[in-house]
Amino acid sequence: MVLVFAESVNGKFKKAAFEAVTYGYQTAQLMGLSCAALVLGKAADAGELGKYGAAKVHHLANDQLNNLDSQVYAAVIAAAVEQLGAQVVVLSHTSTGKSILGRLAVRLDAGSVPGANALPTYTDGVFAVSKPVFSGKAFAHIAITSPVKLVSIMGNSLPPAIVGDAVAVTPLEVPVPASRIKIISVSRIEGTTPLPEAELVVSAGRGMKGPENWGIIEELAKELGATTACSRPVSDVGWRPHHEHVGQTGITVRPNLYIAAGISGAIQHLAGVNSSKTIVVINKDPEAPFFKAADYGVVGDLFEVVPRLTEAIRKHKQHA
Amino acid sequence: MKLLVCVSKTPDTTTKITFNGDKTQLDTTGIQYIMNPYDEWYALVRAIELQEAEGGSVTIINVGGAENDSIIRKGLAIGADAAVRIDTESGSSLDVAKQIAAYAKDQGFDIVFFGKETIDYNGSEVGAMVAELLEMPFISYASKLEMNGDAATINRDIEGGTEVIEVATPFAVSAAKGMAEQRIPNMKGIMTAKRKPLEVLAPVATTDFTHVVSYEMPSAKSAVKLIDPENMDELVRLLSEEAKVL
Ligand SMILES: Cc1cc2nc3c(=O)[nH]c(=O)nc-3n(C[C@H](O)[C@H](O)[C@H](O)COP(=O)(O)OP(=O)(O)OC[C@H]3O[C@@H](n4cnc5c(N)ncnc54)[C@H](O)[C@@H]3O)c2cc1C
Repeated sequence: MVLVFAESVNGKFKKAAFEAVTYGYQTAQLMGLSCAALVLGKAADAGELGKYGAAKVHHLANDQLNNLDSQVYAAVIAAAVEQLGAQVVVLSHTSTGKSILGRLAVRLDAGSVPGANALPTYTDGVFAVSKPVFSGKAFAHIAITSPVKLVSIMGNSLPPAIVGDAVAVTPLEVPVPASRIKIISVSRIEGTTPLPEAELVVSAGRGMKGPENWGIIEELAKELGATTACSRPVSDVGWRPHHEHVGQTGITVRPNLYIAAGISGAIQHLAGVNSSKTIVVINKDPEAPFFKAADYGVVGDLFEVVPRLTEAIRKHKQHA
Repeated sequence: MKLLVCVSKTPDTTTKITFNGDKTQLDTTGIQYIMNPYDEWYALVRAIELQEAEGGSVTIINVGGAENDSIIRKGLAIGADAAVRIDTESGSSLDVAKQIAAYAKDQGFDIVFFGKETIDYNGSEVGAMVAELLEMPFISYASKLEMNGDAATINRDIEGGTEVIEVATPFAVSAAKGMAEQRIPNMKGIMTAKRKPLEVLAPVATTDFTHVVSYEMPSAKSAVKLIDPENMDELVRLLSEEAKVL
């Protein structure tokens, strides 16, 4: 069986959970196995995961599991894997999944691939899966040889697909160990999609000249429904908040569309954005290195081009 | 406080990455190696700051061959007190974790520090593995860590937000941006680093459950399509009809 740990946030499933179930379902098809989902803590509508291919949904609704303690989660998931006899375990490569995967590898004495970006291959009984390495400069195809195989998948690696109906939820009973950490508070910025999950990103750099000019970037992002990002120097000097900093030392993004305005495209910046499906670069310098990594380029003054692009998108939306 | 910082070496981001003929191994000729930035800038520096404030010692540990000694010496020059190298070319994260845990288990470390991930394999696994092997709580992606007695208050980065967590020692933590500021080793640091102890230990036997079948380069990007800056309608049309992202 392929067991998918479907993460819920505040009792709700996000896209990462649906992607993981779709991934688990397709992996199960490939290997001739069934797919089941595992849900921990508060979660409404867990049965909906059936639509994405989970033949069974196992739910352990213990309030102690509403927030992550990687030690407790790993103990519970490992017990579920053993109880249910799972051969493949799929997690989302999120701050939660990444904190659990290594622990599960130890508990289950199993091989793991963190951050897979495509479905596994399964030929002659060899299970192997690809992941980006060297900050997106290459891919490694990694075989897992242990009886239990662990994979966490990067967001936006495959589109969630509805293949069936909701299923009844099966309560799961495994022991929940006491937590040794205390969560004091959890705060999330409401309203915008967090950068690691964003499908559309509008990013800007030092070419903006100062924080007071960011209105045109925010307007473009708003028109697109995109999340804003920035280059490192811009967050270092405090023009923009740190959580917007993308690149080698910041957040890695892989949206469908990454628009970069006034960013030169240094290799450390590209390391965090080069897996984006489509890249648009707006820069007044035709020699800017970013154009080499771009799909579409606009050589021009961003202070003129960005508002023009916002207007063009507004028009496009009205016609659509 | 007794602090352990796990440091890894990684190719410098600006190095060109190539593979050997059958694409099963990294071609290391000409590669410039550095200490993994998250380990150096955030984990190591925060550990040194805590040692300066509260006393105790900072030990760095690396799993790898003798060629890693220059990176270890840099860590000592930045301010660690002692270093340990487990002398083996490791084939997997699980092996690295088992080597570190085998050394650390009887040493009574209060905090084990990691960088949030390495910039070569970007796995983010070793910290969680070591924590599990040592049966310690593990707080990942920490952007702030303050001690109050035997307990720490830690800010943990999550998607679009922050968690604030309290945890008593011993625990493991992985450091992200914000935890500390990079320190450049000074002349005195570099000189004293030469005299600090660097213990080389034999590895324990482990089994690998993963291996790289092959590496692949991303398919070459086709040349950029330049759009007239006066004609953003055309860009929107291409994004909608050709790239299908709108
Ligand atoms: C170890 C290390 C790690 C790093 N990590 C990161 C990282 O994670 N993320 C990151 O971003 N950087 C990182 N950097 C820094 C990186 O090397 C670059 O310095 C940085 O990305 C440059 O930011 P920028 O493109 O905004 O600024 P600049 O390089 O100054 O580029 C500004 C660009 O704006 C253009 N411009 C100016 N005015 C206009 C205008 N009116 N209209 C249009 N275009 C205009 C210019 O032509 C130029 O190309 C790192 C560096 C090191 C050494």
